[in-house]
Amino acid sequence: MEKNIALIINGKKRKVKAHPAERLLDVLRENLKLTGTKEGCGEGECGACSIVLNGEVVNSCIIIFGQLDNGDEITTIEGIAGKKKLHPLQQHFLECGASQCGICTPGMIMAAYALLKKNPKPTREEIKEAVAGNLCRCTGYTKIIEAIEKCVISNVKI
Amino acid sequence: MGVVGQNVIRLDGQDKVTGRAQYVDDITMPDMWQGVAVRSTIPSGKVLSINFNPSFNWKKVVIADRHDIPGRNVVTMIEEDLPLLVHDEIRHIGEAIILIAAPTKQIAEEARRHVEIKYEEWEPVLTIEDSKAKKRIIHGKDNVISHYKISKGDIAKGFGEADLIVEGTYRTGAQEHSYIEPQGMIAVPREDGGVDFVGSLQCPFYILKALERLLGISASKLSVKQATIGGAFGGKEDYPSVLAGYASVLALKAKRPVKMVYAREEDMIVTTKRHPSVVRHKTGVKKNGTLVAQEIEIEFDGGAYTTLTPVVLSRGFLHSFGPYFCPHVKIEGTAYATNTPPNGAFRGFGAPQTLFAVEAQMDKIAEALNMSPYEIRKRNCLKIGDEMPTGQILKESAGGMECLERAAEMSDFENKWKEKKGVGMSFFLHGGGFTGSGEVKLKSKAGIRLEKDATLTVLTGCTDMGQGAHTVLPQIVADAVGVPLKMVGIETPDTSKVPDSGPTVASRTTMVIGKVLCVCAEELKKRLSEVAGGNHRDFESLAKAFLKKRGPLTIIEAYEPAPGIHWDDSTYHGDAYAAYSWGCDVAEVEVDMDTFEVKVERVYMVQDVGRAVNPQMCVGQIEGGTLQAVGWALTEEQRYDRGRLLNNRMQTYIIPTTLDTPEFETVIIEHPFSHGPMGAKGLGELPLDGGAPAIVNAIANATGLRIAEIPVTPEKLYEAWKKI
Repeated sequence: MEKNIALIINGKKRKVKAHPAERLLDVLRENLKLTGTKEGCGEGECGACSIVLNGEVVNSCIIIFGQLDNGDEITTIEGIAGKKKLHPLQQHFLECGASQCGICTPGMIMAAYALLKKNPKPTREEIKEAVAGNLCRCTGYTKIIEAIEKCVISNVKI
Repeated sequence: MGVVGQNVIRLDGQDKVTGRAQYVDDITMPDMWQGVAVRSTIPSGKVLSINFNPSFNWKKVVIADRHDIPGRNVVTMIEEDLPLLVHDEIRHIGEAIILIAAPTKQIAEEARRHVEIKYEEWEPVLTIEDSKAKKRIIHGKDNVISHYKISKGDIAKGFGEADLIVEGTYRTGAQEHSYIEPQGMIAVPREDGGVDFVGSLQCPFYILKALERLLGISASKLSVKQATIGGAFGGKEDYPSVLAGYASVLALKAKRPVKMVYAREEDMIVTTKRHPSVVRHKTGVKKNGTLVAQEIEIEFDGGAYTTLTPVVLSRGFLHSFGPYFCPHVKIEGTAYATNTPPNGAFRGFGAPQTLFAVEAQMDKIAEALNMSPYEIRKRNCLKIGDEMPTGQILKESAGGMECLERAAEMSDFENKWKEKKGVGMSFFLHGGGFTGSGEVKLKSKAGIRLEKDATLTVLTGCTDMGQGAHTVLPQIVADAVGVPLKMVGIETPDTSKVPDSGPTVASRTTMVIGKVLCVCAEELKKRLSEVAGGNHRDFESLAKAFLKKRGPLTIIEAYEPAPGIHWDDSTYHGDAYAAYSWGCDVAEVEVDMDTFEVKVERVYMVQDVGRAVNPQMCVGQIEGGTLQAVGWALTEEQRYDRGRLLNNRMQTYIIPTTLDTPEFETVIIEHPFSHGPMGAKGLGELPLDGGAPAIVNAIANATGLRIAEIPVTPEKLYEAWKKI
C-alpha cells in the first residue's frame, strides 16, 4: 500500500508517493531522480547517503519512507548550490582538493552543511567529530577538514 | 608560465561536488534488468544438485548457467584457470554457480533465495602453511601458483663476514580495498550481436580482452566505457572482468540491458583482497651497521585461482630488500593456492608486505646493535652507482637520502627516539611502471586530437579513479604543446574511442602515459609546422591555419622505454624498474597501556616523486595512501571461519574515520627522472609502503614491544605484553 507524503525537498513542496517500507535513499534516487545521494554500505555506517532532514544530518539508507511526516524538510546535495554559483562548501571542497573519487563528497558536504547551519564557528575537533560518520577512502580527510575550516574562516552565511 | 607544478583544480571536480557525476548505479536505461549470482556456500567441493523451489514463479526471471556462456567458461587474465561459473570443482566460498536476471532487484533477490544447492564437501586448504604442507593438492602439482628466486654475490660468504646475524619472521593479513562505491557493471546487448559495457572499472581494455574469449565475440563488436568511479585502489583492476562476464551472459540471454551492482556484504565476500604474507629475514651485519648479507624468503597466499598473483608476488619480491645496498643477497618468493577467493591487486601490489618486513627487520637489527634506526638506514641507503640484487645499477633520480634526512630533521626523530616518545621510521622505494620487460611488451598508446575549434583532446584508455589522472595528463599536454589548460580536454575512457594505454595500475599513468603524450605533443607541433608553418603568434593560430588546409588531426604514439633499460625474464636479472620513487615516513604514536589501543598522532612524510605535476594532488595521494596503511597496520583485520569472511560489513571491518586520522606533515621533493614527463615518476602506490612499518616501529619505541604481525590489534599487543 503506497503512501502520499507532502515534503519540502530542496526548498520545493512536493507530494511524494511511495511504499512506507521503502528506504528514503531509494525514494530520493529512484522516484525523485536525485542521484547525487549515494549508497556505500546500506547500513548507516559509511555516510555516503547523508542528507539533511529537518536540520539534522541523517543516513537516508536507514530511514524508511513511512517514518516521514507531512511538512518534513529534506535537503540533498542538489539543493545547496545557487543558480549560477556553487555553495561555498562545494567551492572550498574543489579548491582544497577535498574530493578525489567523489563518491563520499555529497554526503560529506551535507554533514558539513548541517554542522555549519547549527554551529557556524566549529573548532577543528568539532569538525572532525561532525564528519566522523562519513567515510572517505581516498583523501586521508585532511583536505576535507581544511575545506570546511576555510568555509568557517570565510564567514559566509551557510 | 606553464601549468605543470600548479595546483590546478580537478577538471571533473564540479560534477563531483554538485552530485551530478554519473557513477554506474546512477545510470538507468529503458527495460534494464538487475542481475545477481547464486554462489557456493562451501570453500571446497562440488555441486551435486540445483533445485529451483517451485514456490517461486520462475517465469518472472531469466536464469543462466555455464552452458549459456557463448564462448569459453574462462575469465582470461595471466592464466586461463578462472572459470566464470563453477565448472566441476568449487574452490572458494562465493564462487558463482548460476546467474539470475529479473526486472527489479527485489525479484532477483527473491529468486536467489529460492535456489537450493546440494554439495559434496571436501576438506579445504585455508592457510599458506596447509597449502605448503600439501594438506591436499588444489592447484597444479604442488599448490604453487608462482615462484621466483634470485641471488647476488655469495650469501655464505656474506654471513661469514657478518659480526651479527639477526632473524625475523613478519606476517601481514588480508586487506579489503573498501572503495566507498561497490563494484558495478551494466551490459547492453547490441543489434549486431555484440555487447557494450559501462561500469566501475580501472582497465577498460582488460575487460575487452577477457570478454572476447568468454563471449566468443570479436573485440570490434564489444565496447567498454568507464563510468565515474567511486574508488578502486587496485580492487577494480581485474575483478570487473568477472562482473562484466556475469552481466553480459545475462544480458545476451535476457535480450536487454542488465545491471549488476553489489551490496557491500557481497562485495566484501567475493572480490579480491591484498595478499596475506609471511616474510622471513636472515640478515648479516657488521658492528657499524653495514649490511653484508640479506636472505629473504617470501610466501604469499594467492587464493583459489592464479588471477594476478604471479605479478603481485613479482613486485613484492623485487621490493623485498628495501632501499638498501647489500653485497650478498638471496631471495626466494612463492605464492600458494588456498580455498579462499583470489587475492589480487591492491595499491602497492605486493610491495607493502615485503617492505613492512624489511623495515621492521631494520629496526630489529638497529636495536641489536644499539644503534639509531635513522643511522642504520643512512649507512645502507642505496645511492647512484650502487648495484641492486637484480644487477640493476641505480643510474639517476635517487632521492632516498634526502627523504631520510629531511624526515629525520623535521620530525626531530633522533631526540624523540632516544626519549622513547613513540616514534618510528620507515624508509622505502617504489618502482614506477610495469615490472621488468612489462612496459616493453605493453607498448602503450596514447594520443592527442586536434579538434575543429583548435582545442586539443587527450586520448587515453587510462582512467581517472580519483587520483587525478584526467587533470594531470591535460596539464602535461598543455605545457608540452604550449597552450593554456583551457584548450585541453580529455576523452572518456571508452574502448571504441581511445587507444589502449595499458591498465591504470602500477603507478604508471603519469610517468608512462604522460611521457607518450609529450611525444605526441612534439609530433603534433612538427606536423602542424610542416603543413602550416610560417609566422604564427601562438599555437592556436598555427592550428587554425592547419585546420583550414587539412581539418582535424589525431596523433597516436606508443611508449618507448628509457634507453639502456634491459631485463631478462628467464633469469630475473636486469633493470626491474626504469625509475624508483622514494619515501621516508616518521610516525608518532600513543599507546594506552590500559586498553592497548594505539593512536597515531602524527605522521611526517617526505616523498620523492621526480616532479610534482599537481602538488596538491600529490599531497592528496600521499595522505590518502598513508591513511590506508594506518588502517592496515592497526584495525583492518579480515577474520575468517573455514574460508568464510566473518566481518564483511563496514560496521565490522574498520577503516579509519576522521577521528582515527593523524595530523599529516607532508613534504614533496623532486629528483627528476630523465625519461619521465617533465621529470615525473610514479606516485600512486608509494605512500602505502611506508605507513605500517613506521607505526609498528613507533609502537616498539613507545612500549618496548616489537610486534611482527599486522594489524596490531589491542589483543595482539596485550598478548605480547603478557609475555614480558
